[in-house]
Amino acid sequence: MVLPNTWQRFLDETGGMSRFTGRFFSQAFKPRYEFSEFIRQCFIIGYKSLPLVGLTGFIMGLVLTMQLRPSMISYGAESQLPAMVGIAIVREIGPVITALIFAGKIGSSIGAELGSMKVTEQIDAMEVSGTNPFKYLVVTRVMAATFMLPVLVILGDAISLYGSYIGVNIRGVTSFDLFFKQVFDALSFDDFFPAFIKTYFFGFAVGIVGCYKGFNSNKGTEGVGRSANSSVVVSSLLIFIIDLLAVQIIDLFGLN
Amino acid sequence: MQAEETILEELKPTRLPGKEMALSITHLYKSFGDNHVLIDFNLQLNRGENVAVLGKSGSGKSVLIKCIIGLLKPDKGSINILGRDIEDLSLRELDEVRTRVGFLFQSNALYDSMTVRENLEFPLRRHWIKLTTAERNEKVTEVLKNVGLVHTIDMLPAELSGGMRKRIALARTLILEPEIILYDEPTTGLDPITGKEISNLIMELGEKYNTSAIIISHDINCIHRTADRIVMLIDGKCYADGTYDALKNNNDIKVKQFFE
Repeated sequence: MVLPNTWQRFLDETGGMSRFTGRFFSQAFKPRYEFSEFIRQCFIIGYKSLPLVGLTGFIMGLVLTMQLRPSMISYGAESQLPAMVGIAIVREIGPVITALIFAGKIGSSIGAELGSMKVTEQIDAMEVSGTNPFKYLVVTRVMAATFMLPVLVILGDAISLYGSYIGVNIRGVTSFDLFFKQVFDALSFDDFFPAFIKTYFFGFAVGIVGCYKGFNSNKGTEGVGRSANSSVVVSSLLIFIIDLLAVQIIDLFGLN
Repeated sequence: MQAEETILEELKPTRLPGKEMALSITHLYKSFGDNHVLIDFNLQLNRGENVAVLGKSGSGKSVLIKCIIGLLKPDKGSINILGRDIEDLSLRELDEVRTRVGFLFQSNALYDSMTVRENLEFPLRRHWIKLTTAERNEKVTEVLKNVGLVHTIDMLPAELSGGMRKRIALARTLILEPEIILYDEPTTGLDPITGKEISNLIMELGEKYNTSAIIISHDINCIHRTADRIVMLIDGKCYADGTYDALKNNNDIKVKQFFE
């Protein structure tokens, strides 16, 4: 049976990515460990993404609050606004929006960087100089993306809640202490923990897709552009798929 | 077939008996699907010798050099580098051999995100980990002096001209003091004057560091300056093997066309 080209490409890509992920796990825990490069990547991937994540988080919190206010007023539940925004940000909007911003910034930059290294033979140069390029380039980046996204999500959530506090005070008057008391009273560990855990999977997906696309880049500069673009598209799609699976699992364990 | 064998026989160089072998390739085959790139290819490189592999574009020269360094796996045949068969080596052992073999890429393959200093320090940090910072700086300055580009130490590769990038790539190749250097089209894309400078530099540094070299090229001027011996790669085989003068004076049509 001959499959249509689209399906064949899809299966090729899925198989390739699965093998690449398998290779990651087989190499990640074996010495030699590239610890200093991992720290450098954490700085680039984590610290340098902070301004973008912070700004989008702030705007998201502020806009969400201002958009929700009229509806909450119409239900006579204006006082519940901080609690509702807090739950929405911590459980869903914060992790997913931050992960999507992260996919756009980090996924594309990893895809383009490794892609251009591939087409200009820099990866080969690393290999012939006796350095394992998979460990040095892929393992460090995937690890850094996996460990940095949860940190960014926590910081993004905090800035987002601050944005929400500003949003509440544009049309009303609520003290800082009261706002955050209402937010934290409404939140429980079950709201925070599953949302936090899924961000590790989001980070891993962004890292592995970016590295896979970059590492398998070809056809010169056009291929580099395509790697960067498809890194963002595929990792964004994976973020939604992981989110969908996460909500089912959370529901299964009765954490809703 | 008979004619090809005769040419090989006629041009076979007189190697010094007992001279130590640096690299030996025997009965090498490599194909990509139906495209048979290397067919029973043989080559020997003695210590201190520079051998040029001359062939048309797409004749398999780069495939050959990538098989030697282990970036491509040959279908059949053996490659012995510095007394070790590379197909028998573990990844760790292969890496160890690779530190004794330098590779100058056609595209230079300098790391874009690193300065010249970081590019040169990279192999040192990976393999000569016991060096102190002062020793590392000294080593970097020494190779940069050898290629005449000390002033570029804190520049990025993107800020350098093509010829300068080639020199820095050469400096990076030399920094671990390899015993064999593989040059992949060292003068391609350079103007004739810079090409000549690079060829002279290859000779100078080869003598200074006492390296053996395989130079892949179709630039006959570069080959004339740098090679002790030329191997012609035609139709996937070692078609002819001899000195520049011997090949230049040969009447075979396939050999002659490179010297016209």
